[in-house]
Amino acid sequence: MSAPGAITRVTLLKDLRLEWRSKDAINSMLFFSLLVVVVFSFSFDPSAEESRQIAGGLIWVAFLFAAVVALNQTWAREIRNQVLDAYRVSPAPANSLFIAKTLGNFIFVTVLEALMTPLFIVFYRLRSIGPVWQLLLVAMVGTWALVVNGTFFAAMSLRTRSREIMLPLLLFPISIPALLAMVQATTSILSGEGARFWIVLLVTYDLVFTTVCLLLFESVLNAE
Amino acid sequence: MTETAPPPIVTVSNLIKQFGRFAALRGVTAEFPAGKLYAILGDNGAGKTTLLRTLAGLNRPSNGEITILGASKFHDICHEIGYMAHPSLLYDEMSGMENLEYFARLYGIAGNSRCAEVIRAVGLDPDLVRPVGQYSQGMRQRMSLARTLLNDPKILLLDEPFSNVDLHSANEMVRLLARARDNGKTIFIVTHQAPLLEDAADEFIWMEFGKIVERTRGLSRGPEK
Repeated sequence: MSAPGAITRVTLLKDLRLEWRSKDAINSMLFFSLLVVVVFSFSFDPSAEESRQIAGGLIWVAFLFAAVVALNQTWAREIRNQVLDAYRVSPAPANSLFIAKTLGNFIFVTVLEALMTPLFIVFYRLRSIGPVWQLLLVAMVGTWALVVNGTFFAAMSLRTRSREIMLPLLLFPISIPALLAMVQATTSILSGEGARFWIVLLVTYDLVFTTVCLLLFESVLNAE
Repeated sequence: MTETAPPPIVTVSNLIKQFGRFAALRGVTAEFPAGKLYAILGDNGAGKTTLLRTLAGLNRPSNGEITILGASKFHDICHEIGYMAHPSLLYDEMSGMENLEYFARLYGIAGNSRCAEVIRAVGLDPDLVRPVGQYSQGMRQRMSLARTLLNDPKILLLDEPFSNVDLHSANEMVRLLARARDNGKTIFIVTHQAPLLEDAADEFIWMEFGKIVERTRGLSRGPEK
């Protein structure tokens, strides 16, 4: 049997290949985020200081909603033709699949963030007073917080009849602490205030929920 | 000299599977000796697919016990089982070879020579670059069978392998499965096309209302058989 790391790698590469060919997730996420940026930029005309205050909330809510689209797609292609059953009957460990899916979603959402952030900067005339590397750190740990829970709950809602509705219902409440920390950390850094507390909170959140998801994923995968 | 039956490779004891209030399997008890080809027959809703999925470890029994190759935990013997479902269990966006390469890695099979071998064995071309989504239903069924054979399992569980396959290809598949049986594999086939297996099957397992009601050597049922 292959090592779990090798199975994670081939599963991740397979997901990236499928996404490259279908572009299901990335296209939906991009259009959704683009709409948010454009609609909000027409709705408000904030000053530079106001932009710094609202940008954190705006950016992360846009990314959260957009991520849900990718999270639903990632498992939808495993349900088509019941391919997930082929994985379940194989000796491959469940957590390799979970980590591959989470890494895949992390890459998709990071690509989205990399493409959309310049637009946010232009439309809202954003200029960070605090260090930009801290914003990058918040983006990384914040994105992981979204995708690790999102991947887990998307798998959990896989067999429910209305999984597109079920996922936000499960994901959003549990993401509130992470979302709060992401928004506060981003706003603090943009305004030149300290964000240490919020970053530590995010890292702790990531560690706790990654561990819990890894412990429970096998049961979720094999649930009937 | 009397012929002794080979020891059972699969033993099912009082197997019950319930979905909510509905009992799909109602106390199935049977022993299946190794190296035989079993055709599982019955009307829709008789419990054939549920039995197969339970043997494949995809459904947990509500009650009763399954022993496969002497093990009662599916995880211990999953590398010895090949499962083919009614859907293809393949990614539509990838070619047959790409699909098989991925599944081969899950079983620790390196390289692609084994993938090419099983694709050829089912009568397809390993160099076909067309995605599986553009295959005909018959080709998809054969590629699905190739995926099942990939890890060279001792037990094959096949759910409707001949559906939507033309008669010539179906007969080819039957010959391939008969050869696999002759090479020592134990094969369970759920099918509504029993006549295809008339010459190849060692035993016909008849199911009704979640139970095995009869086991016959030939396709005809009744006490005289």
